[in-house]
Amino acid sequence: MKSSRSLGHVTPQRAHFDAPLQLASGTTLASFDLIYETYGKLNAARSNAILICHALSGTHHVAGTYEGNPHSTGWWDNMVGPGKPVDTERFFVVGVNNLGGCHGSTGPSSLDPATGRPFGARFPFVTVADWVNAQARLADYLNIPRFAAVMGGSLGAMQALQWSLSYPERLGHAIVIAGAPSLSAQNIGFNEVARQAITTDPDFHGGNYYAHGVIPERGLRLARMLGHITYLSDDAMMEKFGRELLGERPRFSLDVEFEIESYLRHQGDKFAERFDANTYLIMTKALDYFDPAAQAQGSLSAALAAARAKFLVLSFTTDWRFSPGRSREIVKALLDNSISVSYAEIESTQGHDAFLMENEDYFAVMNAYLQRVAREVGA
Amino acid sequence: MIRADLAAIAHWISPGAKVLDLGCGDGQLLTYLQQAKQVSGYGIEIEPERVVASIRNGVNVLQMNLETGLSGFDDHSFDTVILSQTLQAMKQTEAILRDMLRVGREGIVTFPNFGYWKNRVQVLRGTMPKSEAMPYEWYDTPNIHLCTLADFEGLCRTIGARVIERIVISPEGRRVNAFPNLLGSLAIYRIRA
Repeated sequence: MKSSRSLGHVTPQRAHFDAPLQLASGTTLASFDLIYETYGKLNAARSNAILICHALSGTHHVAGTYEGNPHSTGWWDNMVGPGKPVDTERFFVVGVNNLGGCHGSTGPSSLDPATGRPFGARFPFVTVADWVNAQARLADYLNIPRFAAVMGGSLGAMQALQWSLSYPERLGHAIVIAGAPSLSAQNIGFNEVARQAITTDPDFHGGNYYAHGVIPERGLRLARMLGHITYLSDDAMMEKFGRELLGERPRFSLDVEFEIESYLRHQGDKFAERFDANTYLIMTKALDYFDPAAQAQGSLSAALAAARAKFLVLSFTTDWRFSPGRSREIVKALLDNSISVSYAEIESTQGHDAFLMENEDYFAVMNAYLQRVAREVGA
Repeated sequence: MIRADLAAIAHWISPGAKVLDLGCGDGQLLTYLQQAKQVSGYGIEIEPERVVASIRNGVNVLQMNLETGLSGFDDHSFDTVILSQTLQAMKQTEAILRDMLRVGREGIVTFPNFGYWKNRVQVLRGTMPKSEAMPYEWYDTPNIHLCTLADFEGLCRTIGARVIERIVISPEGRRVNAFPNLLGSLAIYRIRA
């Protein structure tokens, strides 16, 4: 077994696109920027590229660290790097911040070239298919005719699935981790509570809070706290926090008392510092709208008939937000079309968050599959 | 070298067929069928290490528990469903046989024949049988539903499954035609609902 290391220092890059992008909502984005990072080398045949799609709160900074900031490790550093499952010594890896994001790609907090002020509430709604179209532009820009694989977890998994429908010939494999073919009503419900937390914050100002020099911090914190509860399993939370008190005994106050309260508040605070509220609203709406079956009379099997990629689908046993049953729906639709698919249901106590964590079975599956991908493309 | 039962199974599969292998292990059978018959094949396996091994071998594998049945699969969605040396280790023996004939147009079942004379001799001598096909001690065997050819055919009658063809082979991999329930160590059945 090869030893794995970190990528070391990485640098984000920016691509500007002048050709207008038609969006699913009917509006058009005249021009846009995408911020991205790449790791490893594109081979001469340009066949070894892997696109990593991020989830709700992810970014283009997938792996490695930024110079001068040792705490800036990328969000999927355990998965991506030299000797890791997505081996940057074999693959050319692309991470990109999605359209509507708040980490450098054009989004609600970017300046609208037409007005010189932030887009704010005027930034158009974007869908998973819009993101995939923008990512395809980036692939053209990077001279990548076809990805060896497109992969992601959660909302990232939806993008990998969408790639196989929007650009069936431009990817060899779709790796769909902790995904779903659409959100359930319960999931949309959680998203709506999170959105209401933000939009009812007095500092929201109808989405144009930038002009007022404030951010809807309370709303963002609540949204994130709610999210974190749903990303973990009951067992994982009990195991991690139990009913532990910060102090010796109950203080009969509304201050932070239980460990779990402290954890959620900390996560909420951290998130409010780095994430734009409008981006959160847009991203959760993109999640809600995703439903490829809707374009095929409600039949996911009919929708997936367009796919040409081979699939790896993974789910985690305690993930109740994107449960194994939802992944099995995808598998079933692929089987109906006799498409190549492997499916692993990984034993984990970590809930939806498991896709970000190191787990022996999970990583063994990813390793084995990606080695097969590497062999296929001569990487 | 390919095991004699694999070759026999391949013989019953039409080229390009859609095949489901229940309990596919490391994917050896499907690898063989992909090469020999260009099948569109999928395996089902529960053990994580075997799932990984199947993926490594380039086989489509679905991690699922056979004991809970094949409810996720539509009727007749596969040409052939195979249960190779898995039947004897299943709790829900009858249920899986019924379900495989629902999901597949045809089923292939292989199992070690408990009626093989060497097994009978060992029982006569007063110990549980051990052989190449059943290499376990009585206390650590995964085989909980061992049967003879006669037993299996009895169950087929009970669930209304028709035996289309049967091949019985010896430990050396030779076809056994005379006294198969006594001289055969491995049974391979082709069945339909």
